[in-house]
Amino acid sequence: MSIEEIDSTAVPGVVPPALGEELLSVEGLVKHFPIRKGLLQRQSGAVQAVDGLTFNVTRGETLSLVGESGCGKTTTGRLLTRLLEPTAGKIVFEGRDISHLSEGKMRPLRRDVQMIFQDPYGSLNPRHTVGKIIGAPYKLQNVKTEHGVKRAVQELLELVGLSPEHYNRYPHEFSGGQRQRIGIARTLALRPKLIVADEPVSALDVSIQAQVVNLLEDLQKEFDLTYVMIAHDLSVVRHVSDRVAVMYLGKIVEIADRVSLYEKPMHPYTVALLSAVPVPDTKRKGNVKRIRLEGDVPSPINPPPACRFHTRCWKAQDICKTTEPPLLQLAPGHQAACHFPENQPGGESTIPVSTAQAK
Amino acid sequence: MFAYLVRRVIGAVVLLFIVTAVTFAIFFQVPKLGGATADDLASRYVGKSAGAAQIHETAVRLGFTDPLYEQYGRFVKGLFVGQEYNYGPSTEHCPAPCFGYSFLTQQPVWPDLVARLPVTASLAGGAAFIWLVTGVGTGIISALRRGSVLDRSLMSVALAGVSLPIFFTGLLSLSIFSYGLGWTVAGGTNPMDETNPIWWAYSLLLPWVTLAFLYAASYARLTRAGMLETMNEDFVRTARAKGLTERTVVMKHGLRSALTPILTIFGLDLGLLMGGAILTETTFSLPGIGQYAVIALRVNDLPKVLGVTLVAAFFIVLANLIVDLLYAVVDPRVRIS
Amino acid sequence: MTENQDSVVQRVQRGEAFLDVRDLRVHFPTDDGLVKSVDGISFQLERGKTLGIVGESGSGKSVTSMAIMGLHGRGGARITGEIFLDGQDLVASTPEEVRLLRGKRMAMIFQDPLSAMHPFYTVGAQIVEAYRVHNQVTKKVARKHAIDMLDRVGIPQPDKRVDAYPHQFSGGMRQRAMIAMALSCDPDLLIADEPTTALDVTVQAQILDLIRDLQREFNSAVIIITHDLGVVAELADDIQVMYGGRAIEYGTAEDIFDSPQHPYTWGLLGSMPRIDRERTERLIPIKGTPPSLINIPQGCAFNPRCNYAHLNGGASETDRPELLDIGSGHKVACHLSPQQRQHAWETDIKPKL
Repeated sequence: MSIEEIDSTAVPGVVPPALGEELLSVEGLVKHFPIRKGLLQRQSGAVQAVDGLTFNVTRGETLSLVGESGCGKTTTGRLLTRLLEPTAGKIVFEGRDISHLSEGKMRPLRRDVQMIFQDPYGSLNPRHTVGKIIGAPYKLQNVKTEHGVKRAVQELLELVGLSPEHYNRYPHEFSGGQRQRIGIARTLALRPKLIVADEPVSALDVSIQAQVVNLLEDLQKEFDLTYVMIAHDLSVVRHVSDRVAVMYLGKIVEIADRVSLYEKPMHPYTVALLSAVPVPDTKRKGNVKRIRLEGDVPSPINPPPACRFHTRCWKAQDICKTTEPPLLQLAPGHQAACHFPENQPGGESTIPVSTAQAK
Repeated sequence: MFAYLVRRVIGAVVLLFIVTAVTFAIFFQVPKLGGATADDLASRYVGKSAGAAQIHETAVRLGFTDPLYEQYGRFVKGLFVGQEYNYGPSTEHCPAPCFGYSFLTQQPVWPDLVARLPVTASLAGGAAFIWLVTGVGTGIISALRRGSVLDRSLMSVALAGVSLPIFFTGLLSLSIFSYGLGWTVAGGTNPMDETNPIWWAYSLLLPWVTLAFLYAASYARLTRAGMLETMNEDFVRTARAKGLTERTVVMKHGLRSALTPILTIFGLDLGLLMGGAILTETTFSLPGIGQYAVIALRVNDLPKVLGVTLVAAFFIVLANLIVDLLYAVVDPRVRIS
Repeated sequence: MTENQDSVVQRVQRGEAFLDVRDLRVHFPTDDGLVKSVDGISFQLERGKTLGIVGESGSGKSVTSMAIMGLHGRGGARITGEIFLDGQDLVASTPEEVRLLRGKRMAMIFQDPLSAMHPFYTVGAQIVEAYRVHNQVTKKVARKHAIDMLDRVGIPQPDKRVDAYPHQFSGGMRQRAMIAMALSCDPDLLIADEPTTALDVTVQAQILDLIRDLQREFNSAVIIITHDLGVVAELADDIQVMYGGRAIEYGTAEDIFDSPQHPYTWGLLGSMPRIDRERTERLIPIKGTPPSLINIPQGCAFNPRCNYAHLNGGASETDRPELLDIGSGHKVACHLSPQQRQHAWETDIKPKL
């Protein structure tokens, strides 16, 4: 397929991958941030923010990256949009290796890969009108619109549930949810193929959160969008995702489709995460089987050797401290990196009774 | 921490060399670029009646005919090991640190600087104490009484303080308190003339207050802004939630954070003044470093100017270093990383 | 007879419960108009019980807690009503009287433990300070107490960690230290304002466990303020749902989760995806946005966002519904008739959750 090597965005007529085909693939992705110390500022170590990720994203799906702070999910998002350059590994978008493209060569690609940020307050320039903010991508990319930029922006505003009359207003005149809609409209201006959304709803009130989640889903259907969603709220993630990757200290410990991940989680960390989610149901109070992880996530500067989860894992054995478990396919469409996975087909759950009870 | 300190000291020394090199180049190389010969430079330092041969002789004697790097090398060598100085009739040894000899009076520069430094230091130190106490105090009161009549009037005074130049407030206060009322000494008094500390303070009182007024005004504004910000911090709310008295909340929790950025500015201001409070020293005719610089500049006495520049740069770099170290003492977050 | 009257008078003047809030209003005059952050709320709380206050940003839940603690400055807020803490009216007390209670009889923990602790003082020094304001003890005794407290909230090696600075702690450890600080004087009332919002989910679970355990141990009254219905379901005995500065529903946790009565509560439950139920195709959001507190809608504050407002023949737009008991202490402020509410809940809402 020599056609794949041509910049598909620059050449009209190149067929983009159809729904269900691979849009993005990531192989062995690594990002280390060096730490310098001492008189000569020699590199004494590195924050191993992302340490060898391999996954792919098919067109039209939503893949979520979940994990606790320090797990590297935000860094991954920034690598995918090439706001950061990877230390090692490959990012292939539509068949083209973009891992080390220069700023100039990334430029046309920025139309196809867009990002939504968490903070709807910080990511909009307070001195620009909504029209200018949403219209900016057209100017930056020199895109001609059929009926002029203003008309295009007003259509976008309607699309995200705002009024076209908001064109001349400033961000501070809007509520948090509306601002996130403005951010989404800006993202959509150039009809991207892939949207990386970093905690798109976590700064919003519950009632507004649902509005924005629904909007994102509607837009996905309408424009065949592909989402990589970065989030920590496992309830929201379950609602929006087709597949979910669970990250811990820079590595993917489990990746599976939504149903099997939530119903049959294999990695102990995933099991613990899911059982920690507070549920709005008083009947569960007190008599839930809970797994309480001890302590905090270790520092990514000096992560535990081998399986990085072994310091907090109730199933850890000696092998976990010496041999890193590879990410293996343990069930159809379900990969986990664990020596002693839970919920194996045919296996038994091994959640110990002693830790299961709330203290 | 130690590595950090060593790195900073090395950086400071390098910076001082760059400052002297640039100053040197400005005085000795830039005129040449403009077409002046070594003789042209030397002509300023001989009598009006001197002939061309005499001028040339002076140029050679002062080293103007040598390449710039040799002149600079001699200067640096003088700083560390001293230097032989030929001033015509005889040659004299100028011990380290040798800042060179005045081109006009043939006097070594270093003793002049040493004699004048206490005056400048007294002026700067005393004024700094006054402006720190009054400025920060005013700022705190203004912040705690935000929007009140007191706050507004204090800030109006502060605004005046920031905008009125020293030679205006200085001359005004001289004419009122010294010449008019006779409460203080007249300008031109050397506070170091007598060893009596009361005389010292008395003769410096007016310059102190005048100089401090300018700085106190801007410190009051800075403190006020800083206090308003920190008093809205979450940790101040926590301090109140513990049931601490308002006084403890303000002084222990609010002020300590609000003062940290002021510490930086204070160090730099003080360092800057140690190199000569030019306007104040001129207005009150105080024989300090600043006045020395003005006189030297007027007659183009380059070794003196160079000496003052180096002293001023030294104090600024030193102040910067001290401030950074103090920051680490005050803020534990800086200490660790 | 007279005895009975006396006790009634006594209860009116001193409050009935350990914490008895009556018709509390907190108004802030601003250049844009009067901001009615809290506009008439009442609730009671006994020792050993937990009240959850739920609402979105601007609903007045944090302002309420700040008012109880007396943390609104003298200048800004206009506070009316009564707050009885063990019989003492905090609104009528002098600032100095309230200060002496703060930290000693009522304490508070905040959302972001990093910004809530002073970055320049060690964790131990901050706990010692909290203890010594209200207890005349030597520094040494106070330090011993601080180490004990750190140990009790589950901080490993408390004798070493006591000298660490807040930034050297992880998020979860910082929140534990905050709790240690709040509990250092053994308060009767603990207010936790979004105590786990800034924390990761596994750490959140640890902190919620800790609060529950310590409450049992100290037998204190706890108010937990949050936007997360999951968190209140974990901890609260009673729940007050706030909207636009007023309580719109009040009941036991079972009342609120099993038979909620107010359309806003329904909306909150429908808005959040549930990890414990079958995944729904679509979330049911509440339309519109929360009201501005300067310009709260006439009548029921929720009426512009309510799907049932049209059923009330215009009353929603004109009359503000009072918070009325619909039986066994479950209170709701809504114009809908009980039958209408029952019907809507059974047919429209419950099946979709």
